[in-house]
Amino acid sequence: MISFAECSARERLALLLDARSFHEWIPPSERLTSPHLVQLGVPSAFDDGVAIGRAKLDGHEVFVAAQEGAFMGGGVGEVHGAKLVGMLQRALRDRPAAVLLLAESGGVRLHEANAGLIAVSEVMRAVLDVRAAGIPVVVLIGGANGCFGGMGIVARCADFIVMSDVGRLAMSGPEVIEASHGVEEYDSRDRALVWRTSGGKHRWLTGDCDALVEDDVQAFRAAAMAAIQRSCPVTLEGLEAEHALLETRLHLLPLETDGADAATWLWRELGIDQPERVPELDVGAVRTLRTA
Amino acid sequence: MNWNQLVTQLFGSYHGMRAAGDFLKGDVMFDGRPLTVVGTTNHAPIGVALALAQARVILDTIAQHPGRAILLLIDTQGQQLRRRDETLGINRAMAHLGMCIDLARRRGHPVIGLVYDQALSGGFITSGLIADGCYALPDAEIRVMRIPAMARVTKLSEEVLTALSQSNPVFAPGVGNYVAMGGVRALWEGDLAAALRDALAHTPVEDTRAQDGAERGGRKLAASVVQRVLAAA
Repeated sequence: MISFAECSARERLALLLDARSFHEWIPPSERLTSPHLVQLGVPSAFDDGVAIGRAKLDGHEVFVAAQEGAFMGGGVGEVHGAKLVGMLQRALRDRPAAVLLLAESGGVRLHEANAGLIAVSEVMRAVLDVRAAGIPVVVLIGGANGCFGGMGIVARCADFIVMSDVGRLAMSGPEVIEASHGVEEYDSRDRALVWRTSGGKHRWLTGDCDALVEDDVQAFRAAAMAAIQRSCPVTLEGLEAEHALLETRLHLLPLETDGADAATWLWRELGIDQPERVPELDVGAVRTLRTA
Repeated sequence: MNWNQLVTQLFGSYHGMRAAGDFLKGDVMFDGRPLTVVGTTNHAPIGVALALAQARVILDTIAQHPGRAILLLIDTQGQQLRRRDETLGINRAMAHLGMCIDLARRRGHPVIGLVYDQALSGGFITSGLIADGCYALPDAEIRVMRIPAMARVTKLSEEVLTALSQSNPVFAPGVGNYVAMGGVRALWEGDLAAALRDALAHTPVEDTRAQDGAERGGRKLAASVVQRVLAAA
């Protein structure tokens, strides 16, 4: 068993995809770097923190991107975002069986603030274009930096999300919330709280991810192979169902939980038996608990 | 400009729009045709509830008024920074709002965004930035994150970031920079009704922001990198 979380972006690609099938576009040898980081005197990377290309998964042609969390937390800058958009536009043109996004990102790369924000928006629109074309977009989340900010929104625009229990999917990181509203609101050093609020088990129990796997590259590979088989078109009926689900959930969690843990409260309301046991259960046991 | 002055200039004194807390909506007449208006005011933080309220208006417009134009009015301090909203999956609620707007576009509803006061990251990416085109008033501001929080995440000092936000278009909050980078199509000045009329008539439905950024010189690499990927062996 090889930990997905501990692999680099390129190691994940090498192990997840069919052996030696990954062909990279604009590889590091082309030295395409961010023009903005240089201005700030911040080190840049020859791939700007993301590898893109084509590959085979179980014999099917897929286009793929893997964000490198070790470089600026996987933050999306101008070049990084444009590489993602280019891969997605190429998918629209060449129609692979699916697109895989190995997401590990804090969202907008703040060092490129405005350019990064527009870039994430372009990625979001491009993902929805690919999905609308009937090409499944599958997001895999299991890196140590999680999937946050604009990339947390992008992930939810995809057809299918695979997460490990150590993966995190959210909007604002705990540090940002703590900086804004204090440690009483969100203690970013309380790891158990952070994982109850944003971790893979929580996202599985609420249906925010579609598959929950162990922190194992081969488990991600197996889940991805299953996920690329089906596309889920966005329809008015589907969005109405999503709206009803989110409205119902909103009313399950009161504004104040009187000191009780909010995630545990929500799990109980979702009908999960003995919700306080969830953090100590293994992935296989948690997988059986989902009620809807 | 406050929202009431804005919609009075756009639609006249009898515009019929209402604010419920921070939430704005209305069915207005513009040039003799009905238009759906939805948005926020008071620099609203966008939490799950406010994202869903906006999504409801978009879904109702798609279902009941096929093809009707939609105007998004943007004034937000960004996503709600609360643990409760994170527990509820605020990223999913915001993606839902964005996907509702995206579906409206794909079904032929012209969708125009207007930043009339301030816009911040999470509240903006699933509203104005996913419209066919986003416009702004000249005094509006667009930011990614407030400087103290940005300093904490980037490890750059507040002094350095403040200095950069005065001069560097990548950091500065003025909407002119967003026009140069292609994120905002144009500023609305003078006759606002004429600007809306023009936007409804001439906003392209495809995403031209990278090319616009290159042509305007504010975001020089995005479009060429996309082309390099498309051409790569």
